[in-house]
Amino acid sequence: MQNSEIYKQHILDHYNNPRNKEEMYKPTVSVPAKNASCGDSYILYLAIENKRITQATFSGVGCAVSQAAASLLTEKLTGMDVEEARALIEEDMYAMLGIEISLGRQKCALLLFRGLEEALRNL
Amino acid sequence: MSQFEKRVIAAERSNPRFSFKIKSLCYSIKIKNCKFQIRINMDIDIIRKDFSILQKEGSSVYLDSAATSLTPEPVLKAMDEYYRTYRANIHRGLYREAEKASVEYEATRRVIANFIGADSDEIIFTAGATGSSNMLMYAFELTDTFSEGDEVVTTIMEHNAVLLPLQAFAKRKKLNLRYIELGECFELDYDQAEKCITEKTKLVALTLASNVLGTINDVTRVARRAHEVGALVLVDATAAVGHVPVDVKQLDADFLFFSGHKMCGPTGVGVLYGKKSELAKLTPSYLGGGIIEEVTRTDYVLGEQPWSFEAGTPNIAGVIGLKKAVEYLETIGVENIQTHCHETLAYTQQELKKIEGVKIFSSDPVHNIGIVSFTLATVHPHDMAEILGKNGVAVRAGHHCAVPLHTELCIPATTRASIYLYTTKDDVDALIESVKEAQRIFAQA
Ligand SMILES: Cc1ncc(COP(=O)(O)O)c(C=O)c1O
Repeated sequence: MQNSEIYKQHILDHYNNPRNKEEMYKPTVSVPAKNASCGDSYILYLAIENKRITQATFSGVGCAVSQAAASLLTEKLTGMDVEEARALIEEDMYAMLGIEISLGRQKCALLLFRGLEEALRNL
Repeated sequence: MSQFEKRVIAAERSNPRFSFKIKSLCYSIKIKNCKFQIRINMDIDIIRKDFSILQKEGSSVYLDSAATSLTPEPVLKAMDEYYRTYRANIHRGLYREAEKASVEYEATRRVIANFIGADSDEIIFTAGATGSSNMLMYAFELTDTFSEGDEVVTTIMEHNAVLLPLQAFAKRKKLNLRYIELGECFELDYDQAEKCITEKTKLVALTLASNVLGTINDVTRVARRAHEVGALVLVDATAAVGHVPVDVKQLDADFLFFSGHKMCGPTGVGVLYGKKSELAKLTPSYLGGGIIEEVTRTDYVLGEQPWSFEAGTPNIAGVIGLKKAVEYLETIGVENIQTHCHETLAYTQQELKKIEGVKIFSSDPVHNIGIVSFTLATVHPHDMAEILGKNGVAVRAGHHCAVPLHTELCIPATTRASIYLYTTKDDVDALIESVKEAQRIFAQA
């Protein structure tokens, strides 16, 4: 695989211009998502009204893959029903990224997704 | 026999007072202090032939020796020979194979002792540095040397293998843990160390070389201060052994440990050295077969040290491989390896510095075992390592099991390139090209 394939334009775009990257004031739920092995550290914020995610944002720092994933995931979540969000699986996250993820990068790709699972579990 | 060994033997057989060349190997042999000294200018091409993994089509440019070194053919052969021709358990068999296995195993103890300036009965075989460290902390706990309120001192550049067992030990015994901090140039702050070590200090645990910064610490200096106040000195030599000459007497270490796999030996085997007088104060914390004098229904009497620290069937093949690894390194000469790593590191640092945005976290090449950790402003270390990896350049990204150090440096992670005896300038050039590519990729968006 070439480097141009994993660092596709949309990945770099979401990395350099992340969507929904802001701390949320009074979220319904917020959870930290950390990867101790590389220091990537995020917080996922969800605002939920009538079982619907009205806004999803994140803050923190990390690599291109984890940042792009955070940006893409929060984009997708905004406006989603909680039940729909619960139905999301790892493959959906990979599909959003649209790149081949090697074994060593799975944690990066799924970092905020794991945060989402945690957030919904505690709801 | 390795290519290198063959050549050295050939050199020894010929007239020993000359400098001469065999192919591109330069030997100069002289007599000093009634000893023959052979200086070999390493020919990397020939050394590389001893590492079959480097000969493999499409294998990576290997700049990850600080994580684990590659294994030369003679080491593989020694282990293979054990498995194929005299596989048996040690110490208890009365047949030929068991005797040979025992002889080889014990011969390793002498070879290792000689390699680090110790006596054979000061050498304990373990599962590795981490195994040594944990075992030692538990053994400390069984003594009455440490009591509540005592201080243990370590450094900010320690590996988790020292830090975690030490933290846990300190918590259990209610000891205060203090840190020797960093100086200006990624070395230890020796002035602060002097103050940090006080009359209350019972143990100073420090690494001989940092696996992130590459820095070779002046252990002798810290040990002097530690011994002034009567503290024990524990040295983590894992990153240093096989890269720089290590002598426990010169370092004045009471305990020292390392792993086989960072010095051309196999994984899963390591060494714990304990000064005889200090070892005698310890009781093994790990019990089982092969270490007893006597057992009754209710009690046991342990056998002699250091064997009493080696309960159970050890990693016999690993120990045998470790012996060969030391012999291999000695034929080449650890000093020669050190010089090669200095030179190659100096070149790497120089080329990395030319790339805009690169920040280097690594001490100067002369006081460095051959490691350079760096960041590039625009590219996260994980992305850097991935891009390098795709280009067939093996490095490591992360905190390299030294989190407090990274916290101190205010960075979450670094990319680390590490150099060893088989590293060429071409390897470094491949690294540099790929770092530039990473920079280009991330500049696009
Ligand atoms: C300085 C240092 N100490 C200890 C260790 C731990 O060694 P092992 O994982 O072989 O037990 C390492 C290995 O990464 C190291 O570099």
